[in-house]
Amino acid sequence: MRIGPVGFRIGSDWRAPVEQLETLYAAYPKPHDGVPDFTVRLFAARPWRRFMRPAVMIGGDYVLPEAAPLPLAQGLLAAEMGMNLQMALGQRRYLLLHAAVVERGGQALVLTGVSGAGKSTLAALLSLRGWRLMGDEFALLDPATGLIHAFPRLISLKNAGIATVAAELPADRFGPLLEGTPKGTIRHVVPDAAAVAAMDVPARPALILFPSFGFDAAARDVSPSEVFVRLTQASTNYVAIGERGFDALTTLVKTVPARAIDYPDTDSAVAQVEAAWAAR
Amino acid sequence: MEDAGGGIVYRMARPETLKIVHLDTFTAVYHRASGITHLVTAPAPEILATLGEAGLTRSALLARLATDYDLGDADAAALLARLDELVATGLVSTA
Repeated sequence: MRIGPVGFRIGSDWRAPVEQLETLYAAYPKPHDGVPDFTVRLFAARPWRRFMRPAVMIGGDYVLPEAAPLPLAQGLLAAEMGMNLQMALGQRRYLLLHAAVVERGGQALVLTGVSGAGKSTLAALLSLRGWRLMGDEFALLDPATGLIHAFPRLISLKNAGIATVAAELPADRFGPLLEGTPKGTIRHVVPDAAAVAAMDVPARPALILFPSFGFDAAARDVSPSEVFVRLTQASTNYVAIGERGFDALTTLVKTVPARAIDYPDTDSAVAQVEAAWAAR
Repeated sequence: MEDAGGGIVYRMARPETLKIVHLDTFTAVYHRASGITHLVTAPAPEILATLGEAGLTRSALLARLATDYDLGDADAAALLARLDELVATGLVSTA
């Protein structure tokens, strides 16, 4: 399958995770020329673990030797983690920023911040309010153009975010509920048809937001140097791509305004996003 | 104070090995030789600009910084400590 500019081939010792992926990614095209950029393999930790308490190991072009296996019921999560891993370790063309991205009017809003800040939930909610989802995990910044490319894989909702989005979205957009994962309870959401149809259309970044969930509503400007530091930390390949990454990131932080927003609930979050967007 | 560097000439690393971008009160410096990004603040950018390619001795550097920049209450010892840090990172050389 192809997600944005990146093609993946997923292989598995078991049929179930591949069937789930085929269902959830049914609307996605094949890789350009049929050649994937990355391969992910889900394989049994031991030969007999294909059948006895099946344990899924994540393999592929790039691997983490210390990664613990997941139970087969979480095979879909293993596949998603495998795809993220290939991107995080292998992507060289784009500067990868750990961020959710939505677009409106041809301009991109980048939501970045620590895990648990609510990026995925916020991106899912914004996609129901007139924004195009470009991705909930990685922003792909092209050093050659300064444009952000979409990477709209399944939205990975965690814990309380699941119920928040489920209140607004039909059940057929959701994958299976995955309980007891290393990140708690996870449920994937299929991006809407518009997000998939437009995934080859990049957008110029217009605003960077650092959302924080669980605080009283507040907002402040973030200086270019603070954005620079936070985005180097939020990038998985800044060091690997060298000077191109430096050029791309310094240009981004000098030309795009940044705000930090705190919010106690999703209504406040959406309102603050809209206010910051209007004032950018 | 004692100028421990004596007559040694300090130079900014060759310009083609550096990329310097002023962000705000901080300046980002990409060091091509090491691939490391440095985020520096006053007086480091001023020291780099003053040394330039021609280079200066420690005492000449202090004299030029005093006339060219308003570096507040920075004393000579602090300025020379920053210079030594720049040497340690490779952004300034004594060769």
